[in-house]
This record gives sequence, structure tokens and C-alpha cells, in this order.
Amino acid sequence: MKITRADVEHVAKLARLELTEEEAATFTGQMDAILAYVEKLNELDTAGIVPTAHAVPMENAFREDVATPSIGIDNALANAPSRVDGFFRVPKVIE
Amino acid sequence: MKYQAVIGLEVHVQLLTNSKIFCGCSTKFGAAPNSQTCPVCLGLPGALPVLNKQVVEYAIRAGLATNHSIAPRSVFARKNYFYPDLPKGYQISQYELPICINGHLDIEVEGEAKRIGITRIHMEEDAGKLVHADVPGVGDDSCVDLNRACTPLLEVVSEPDLRSADEAVAYLKKLHQIVVYLGICDGNMEEGSFRCDANVSVMPVGSDTFGTRAEIKNVNSFKFVKQAIEYEIERQIELIEDGGKVVQETRLFDPNSGTTRSMRGKEEAHDYRYFPDPDLVPLVISDDWVEDVRLSLPELPASRLARYQTELGLPFYDAEVLTATRELADYFEACLALYPQAKPVANWVMGEVTRGLNDSGLAITACPVTPELLAELLKLIDAGTISNKIAKTVFDEMWQSGKAPAVIVEEKGLVQVSDTGEIEKIIDEILATNQGQVDEFRGGKEKVFGFFVGQVMRASKGKANPAVVNDLLLKKLKG
Repeated sequence: MKITRADVEHVAKLARLELTEEEAATFTGQMDAILAYVEKLNELDTAGIVPTAHAVPMENAFREDVATPSIGIDNALANAPSRVDGFFRVPKVIE
Repeated sequence: MKYQAVIGLEVHVQLLTNSKIFCGCSTKFGAAPNSQTCPVCLGLPGALPVLNKQVVEYAIRAGLATNHSIAPRSVFARKNYFYPDLPKGYQISQYELPICINGHLDIEVEGEAKRIGITRIHMEEDAGKLVHADVPGVGDDSCVDLNRACTPLLEVVSEPDLRSADEAVAYLKKLHQIVVYLGICDGNMEEGSFRCDANVSVMPVGSDTFGTRAEIKNVNSFKFVKQAIEYEIERQIELIEDGGKVVQETRLFDPNSGTTRSMRGKEEAHDYRYFPDPDLVPLVISDDWVEDVRLSLPELPASRLARYQTELGLPFYDAEVLTATRELADYFEACLALYPQAKPVANWVMGEVTRGLNDSGLAITACPVTPELLAELLKLIDAGTISNKIAKTVFDEMWQSGKAPAVIVEEKGLVQVSDTGEIEKIIDEILATNQGQVDEFRGGKEKVFGFFVGQVMRASKGKANPAVVNDLLLKKLKG
């Protein structure tokens, strides 16, 4: 797989990252090299092998349906850059 | 050209749990903004989600009730996107391996039965809520309340098997009825406990290639679903007729105008980059677990509807009304257990009980006339203690006071008079003072018979036994 400049720009946009011309060029090369390295795995025959969903061989970690105290409005908003009336305040979201 | 609509529905069912899907915060509706939050649902660094077992149980229930296979192994995945109501920058959902697959529901529209496929049901967390107005001092900004973030949802995805707005509504109502029957959702559409997105496209009649679809969001009542889909079908047909092309996009339904409009800023193709959530281990569901849930399922509305007709001999109409909600059907059955005559019980439940509930705005579960009281009342009618007419008076009195019907009958002196001597006395008086009508009757005008019955009943204040009155009157008039 060849990573193109367009791929990098697309991924950057999805991640809300603004890249300079130079960065975009650098990352295109780096990402391409990383994928080329991982490409080696494609040499293995994985037919009939279940995809790994989790690295730890464990299943079914549950909690019971019991409501526990929350941390309180002030704690919840402690790190908010801006708040109003118990809400997080964010720039206008247009729908 | 003639066009055929193709519709698929995605329904979000909010589950009736005490706590959120991945943390212990309460899910109670209407709390102060952000008061039901913790590091997990706020998406704070290092916080780890732990799955609420009840959510899995409810998902299995929903799956079995809608004829799904329960996946022995399913996996949670991250759906990545940015929006201010989603603190982690991803929603925990299920993607390639959902918990329920290959289900269906049977609907009926205008007497025609149809099977609607359901592709899958998966579990996921809800996002928070954006508030745009009504907050003093916020100016042009938006406000975020994360109480709803991490609330458990089931997403039920239908196949594109629906062909009209009416079919879509029939399917939705059926699904709504089932999740409420199962006790896994309160079904409150206004509060968003049962929400629907509709994928709508049109194609020429006879074609087997679907047209480009638009996804309509924000339809939160059955009426709006019908309106939104009908509007969207018209819009797409007009667009094509005018030489235009339907674009794949998300459209918002506006209940005020009954129209849909394109959501700006969402044109960018969705690229959610799903991957298995490393914070959650795979979910393995044993056959035993599935069987346990199957055994715990309540009788579903479709089965009750059939049973009321075949076993109880009720007409379709009665059976449908009585099984509309689980609570109403439970009330009916509780009364039937004490007074095993289906039709009279059905009549009273659909008549006086329903009227009383409508007038008072009470729910059936809060009905002041309990199934026990209603059964006692019906027994009094059977025993001839009171007439059907008086029974309605007693019913109203029970509704007010909650007293037993026998007590009310005693206190108010409502016992039916079946004593022939007493009734004869009344009849003789009526006949004597209405000689004109007596002559008319004897002259062949039998219609005046009703007049006499009415007079006697009135004179006895409704307490005379109507059968006895009829008998005696006939004898006296003809004799």
C-alpha cells in the first residue's frame, strides 16, 4: 500500500489537525514507511484465523446495574475552559 | 413515470437501567445539567469503562422477541468522530460483531401481512445533549450537558424492506410495543427514549436497483415519521422528474413546516475508522444464558392477541385494544382470573375503565377501581343484586371512594328490586295515570311499550329489575 499526500491530508482533517506543507510531506514518507514495515504480515496465511479483538485472553468483565454517586457539577466542570450555569460552554454548534 | 419508495429504519431504544452502560452514574431523566457525570462518561484520561450486565440482558431480550440469533461472541468498537456532545472523540458501539443478527417482525397494513427483516441490534452509548437557547448569559454559544452521555442504547437496524410511510409507521409501532412490553424501555418518544432515523430512496416501479438514499434525522413521533417520509418521497420524485439527482446526505426533519432540509456541514463523507475498543474485553454469551432469558420473557403482544381470539373467543377489535399495552392486558387478565367471562370483562375494561382513565388522565396501573373491585361488581350484576345500569353508578362511586361495590350498594340503597309485588304496585299506578297510552298499545301501537318501561324504571329510581318489569308489563297490558 502506498500512502499518498491525499491520504495524509484526509486523516489530518478527520483528526482536526492542521499540517504545514513540510509536515504533510514528512508524514507522507513516514506513514508510508511504517505501513511498508507492517506489510510484512501480509506474507502470512491468515485464512481461518479469527481476528484478534483484544490482546488479553479474557472475556465478560461486568458490573451490576447499580447507580453510584457522581462526582458533582463543580468537579465535572473543573477543567472546562468555559462554563455557564452548570453547562460546558462551547462555540456555537450549527445544525 | 411511477416510482416506488424504499425505506429502512434505524431505531435507537434507550434502555431502562438504573445506571449508565459503562459507569455507575444514574440515568434518571431531568436532573440538573452535568450532575450525573463521572470520569468515565466525561471521557477523562485514564478512566476505564466496565460493561453493565443488565444492558446485555436487555439486548438479549430484545433480540429474542424480534426473532434474532444471539451472537455467541460479540465485540465493542470505537466509532470515531468529533462533536461537542461526545467527550471522548469516539462513541463506544458495536460494528462487525453485534450482539443480535438476522431478526424480523411481521406487520400488517390494510389487512395485508408482511415480514420486515431486521439486520441487527447492537449496544452502544448515547452522546450528551447540546442546548442552544434558554440559558441566560450564554449569548451565541452552545451549552453541553453530559448527563445523557454513556446512557445505554440499543440500535435496531431494519432491512430496506419497507415500501411506504404507512408500513414504516406500522413497523415502528410494533417495535415500540415490544420494547415497552419487555420492560426494557419506557417508550417515551418526546423525551427521546425511542428515536428513529429513516433512510429513504425512490426507484422506478419494477426496478430492482435502489436509488440514492437520504437519511432523515430527528423524527420523534409516529405522526412525524409518516410526515417526514411522505414529504421526502415527494421531494425525491419531484427532483428526479425535474432532471435532478438525489444526493446522499443527512436531512433534518422540521416538525413546524413538515419538511426536511439538508444538514449543512455534514457533507464530508463519514469515515468513522471503527476498530475494536481495547478497553473492553469481548462479550461471550452462553446458550444457557440465552435460554434463561428466553424463559423469563413475558408473553408478547402478538401471542396475546392470538390467544384472546382463539382461547377467549374475543373479536379481533377487542383483542387488539386490550393488548395495546402490557399493563392494560395484565389488568384485563387479573380481572378475568376472578370473573372468568371474557366478553363482559372486555366490555367493562374497554368501556367504563378506559373512559375513567381518559377523563382522569390516570394510568391503568393507578386505576382506583382495581381488577378485584371490578370482578366483584360483575358478580353483583350476575347475582341480580344490581342492574347493568346501576352498576355504572356503583362503578363511578368506586372510582371516587375506592369502596367495595357491595358496600356502596348497601350504603346507597341501590339493591335491585326483583320483588314482583313491589314492581306490580308501581306498574298499576303508571297504567292508571296513562290510560291514553294503554289504549294506544291495545289498539296495536306496540311501540309505546318502551314508554311504559321508561316510566316504571324512573318511578323505581332505576332499581327495578328490567327483566321482571318487562314480564309484568306485558302480562298486564295484554291481559
